[in-house]
Amino acid sequence: MSAEKYDVVIMGAGIVGAACALECARQKMRVAVVDHDVIGGGATAAGMGHIVVMDDSEAQFALTRYSQQLWQQLRPELPDDVEYTQCGTIWVAADDEEMAEVHRKASYYQRRGVPVQILSAEDLARLEPNLRKGMAGGLLVTEDGVLYPPCAARFLIEQAQALGATVQVGAPVAEIGNGRVRRADGSELSAGVIVNAAGAWAPELTRGISVKKRKGHLVITDRYPGFIQHQLVELGYLKSAHSVSSDSVAFNVQPRRTGQVLIGSSRQYGAEHKEVDHEILGRMLQRAQEYMPRLSQTSAIRVWTGFRAATPDKLPLIGPWGEDSTVFLATGHEGLGITTSLATGRLLADQLSGRASQIAREPYLPSRATTMEHAHV
Amino acid sequence: MVSARKQFDVLIVGGGPAGIAAAVSAAQSGKRVGIVDDNPALGGQIWRGETAQSNSEAAAWLAKLHAWDVEVCAGTRVFDQPVSGVLRAESGDGTYQIEYGKLILATGARERFLPFPGWTLQNVMGAGALQALVKSGLPVSGKRVAIAGTGPLLLAVAAYLKNDGAKVVAIYEQVSRTALAKFALKVAAQRGKLAQALWLRKELRDIPLITNAWPVAARGNGVVESVVLCRGGKHEEIACDYLACGFHLVPNTELAVLLGCRLQNGYVQVDDFQQTSQPNVFCAGEPTGIGGVELSLIEGQIAGLVAIGKEGEAQSLFSARRKMRSFAEALDRTFALRPELKSLASTGTIVCRCEDVKYGQMTQHRSWRAAKLHTRCGMGPCQGRVCGPATQFLLGWTPESVRPPIFPVALENLISETHEEKEHTFVM
Ligand SMILES: Cc1cc2nc3c(=O)[nH]c(=O)nc-3n(C[C@H](O)[C@H](O)[C@H](O)COP(=O)(O)OP(=O)(O)OC[C@H]3O[C@@H](n4cnc5c(N)ncnc54)[C@H](O)[C@@H]3O)c2cc1C
Ligand SMILES: Cc1cc2nc3c(=O)[nH]c(=O)nc-3n(C[C@H](O)[C@H](O)[C@H](O)COP(=O)(O)OP(=O)(O)OC[C@H]3O[C@@H](n4cnc5c(N)ncnc54)[C@H](O)[C@@H]3O)c2cc1C
Repeated sequence: MSAEKYDVVIMGAGIVGAACALECARQKMRVAVVDHDVIGGGATAAGMGHIVVMDDSEAQFALTRYSQQLWQQLRPELPDDVEYTQCGTIWVAADDEEMAEVHRKASYYQRRGVPVQILSAEDLARLEPNLRKGMAGGLLVTEDGVLYPPCAARFLIEQAQALGATVQVGAPVAEIGNGRVRRADGSELSAGVIVNAAGAWAPELTRGISVKKRKGHLVITDRYPGFIQHQLVELGYLKSAHSVSSDSVAFNVQPRRTGQVLIGSSRQYGAEHKEVDHEILGRMLQRAQEYMPRLSQTSAIRVWTGFRAATPDKLPLIGPWGEDSTVFLATGHEGLGITTSLATGRLLADQLSGRASQIAREPYLPSRATTMEHAHV
Repeated sequence: MVSARKQFDVLIVGGGPAGIAAAVSAAQSGKRVGIVDDNPALGGQIWRGETAQSNSEAAAWLAKLHAWDVEVCAGTRVFDQPVSGVLRAESGDGTYQIEYGKLILATGARERFLPFPGWTLQNVMGAGALQALVKSGLPVSGKRVAIAGTGPLLLAVAAYLKNDGAKVVAIYEQVSRTALAKFALKVAAQRGKLAQALWLRKELRDIPLITNAWPVAARGNGVVESVVLCRGGKHEEIACDYLACGFHLVPNTELAVLLGCRLQNGYVQVDDFQQTSQPNVFCAGEPTGIGGVELSLIEGQIAGLVAIGKEGEAQSLFSARRKMRSFAEALDRTFALRPELKSLASTGTIVCRCEDVKYGQMTQHRSWRAAKLHTRCGMGPCQGRVCGPATQFLLGWTPESVRPPIFPVALENLISETHEEKEHTFVM
């Protein structure tokens, strides 16, 4: 039996694999996407879909900002069910210390051309009356937005298909390497390049990459149109990040177009099962209620969990895997993969086609991993 | 909101015939027995509104229940199991954290509804739902009610509504007259109470029972005015004020699945002692198979007895259960849905009512999960309780995993107390 031949075979039809597929197809490569589940059924189905510019590091800023702008460019083409809304993010400051962070963040963003607006306590109370009284203020980042990730992934896949890409779902892959992709049923695909975009499961296909599962919980309410207007995220995580346990929760709520409120978020290492963990769920909701007391009386209809693919330096792995010249990585996007998917697709296709990139690619190359591991001991 | 703790040696979820029988049987032991049901009073679907004073089989069972020291938590809905051995329930005045030694699931069944053009019009509703509304005061006197779908429930509802003064236009049953006649014979042979209840009631005598017929569309301007039926290959239109539909029953297995109980062909798998695949968890009544009141009562008694260690006594009920189960199998066979019903929905027919998802959107996907992710079907407050069973029949899809809460709850109630060690004071 001769194996099907492609220029690029992408492992994973999550939003990252989908974006890679589209960008490679645009570069006229023969592309196949393989997934054992449905399109967008992994972390992409679990994630919040907050398109957000972040500033933990220069590299994180560059990637999130570049990608956010790519989403804005794509906006006119996005079908209605992607639910793209540019609602903006408000970083909520509970006290003066956090307000100082608002000012720091504001000047960081302003210097880099990101439109922001500093909100006084009164501004914040007016914009989001359901927040607890007595907040210090906040920072509104107007170009941030929200979308519905599974449909976004499907849209990108359909665009890639229109350019000739092949999509094979329901096909588990057992092994990749040396230009071959072997499915669990023994059949093979042959590829010039294999892109491992299997999210938190990527280490199962490429041993030795520094990606760990980081579990998150989310809760969705019934419809309460207008309950909140922006994605609201606490700045208090700055302090709680220093807590003794590695598990953490933060107030992070999102308005869905349906009027539902999506409530996050939690972060746990070492949790491998997707079952709901009631202890951390309780802490997460407690936090949400502290910030937004009226949430307590809303009707909660479902709780679910998902796995982020976390790396030690909070930056994704985009580029060649040193140990096999046919394998490229596009994983490790932690809690930002919906945002950074489009930029990831671009950076990957740039590398494969020899095209120059719009932002520096070095910070995301997997080859940094050794030094990275070192720094985190 | 207040949160109270309760502890039972034997806890029963569901206060229909199965649950009541289980509670009565378990209570004889003197152990702490509790029964939880989300309706204002016990009785379940069929005994809704019965009291210990009314003169019926229901009354007899309820009287027994009250004679024993069983704690009844009515108006209380179980929505989660935060840790093994502890359930959480919500009631009007707060939440309960209920610890159990043995648990009996008697969560009953609900109607299956199949979507057809016009089914979302006002006054088109589930047959059982209409009956329940009438029981709680909806006046139907003089109203024209058309009843359509399949299963003995339609007859029961027709009789009930007629008694309440409704003008039941006709009952449209999708199965053939021969199949129905065969079933009637079997029922008569067993002389079950259900047989009497369903077939010998005088109320039904002058209501036309039209077989080989099914609804294809409901018409009206906001409110239903008529129903179009397919009858012998031809379409006919009948005027009505209400259209009550039901396509047999589907078991309520959500709680069982949340607890990790294995299913078999969509029903909760139990052994001879009504024991599920989870230790200390039993199941009785409709979730183990749709078999009517009598089977529910027997299964409930067996589960109740086994939960208090009286396996021997339970065994004496096995032969009665066997007989009733063969009736259940006949029910399933007789009222199997005919393939033509799969084409009732057209592309524009809404299938998921919570999220307004149309049939044509769903058929673009290959599985329930894919359709759910990409169309939002099943994501609303009912969490696929209606569209799940419908698509199971229409498209052969199996709904995905159950996640807490199994019913919508006030968000604050999802926060469970820090889990202090569960006290192990149980006698078993
Ligand atoms: C709770 C939570 C909230 C989040 N919120 C946000 C947010 O607000 N904004 C944001 O930008 N990001 C957010 N994220 C992160 C975001 O969801 C992820 O970074 C993103 O979805 C990753 O996409 P992916 O394509 O890399 O992975 P996935 O979506 O997980 O896709 C990987 C795919 O690979 C397939 N696969 C795995 N192994 C195999 C195999 N052996 N064979 C075949 N196929 C395989 C899987 O089936 C899956 O479809 C959140 C994540 C979580 C968990
Ligand atoms: C809508 C409907 C109408 C019916 N009408 C008739 C009729 O008129 N005549 C007839 O002969 N048969 C009728 N039946 C069939 C009859 O109900 C059953 O044969 C019999 O009652 C089954 O008994 P059960 O105890 O298994 O379940 P049920 O009687 O259904 O009792 C289950 C109980 O558990 C409760 N429950 C479920 N989950 C939870 C939870 N998580 N927390 C708390 N409580 C919970 C339910 O609300 C219900 O009260 C009807 C069935 C349905 C679904």
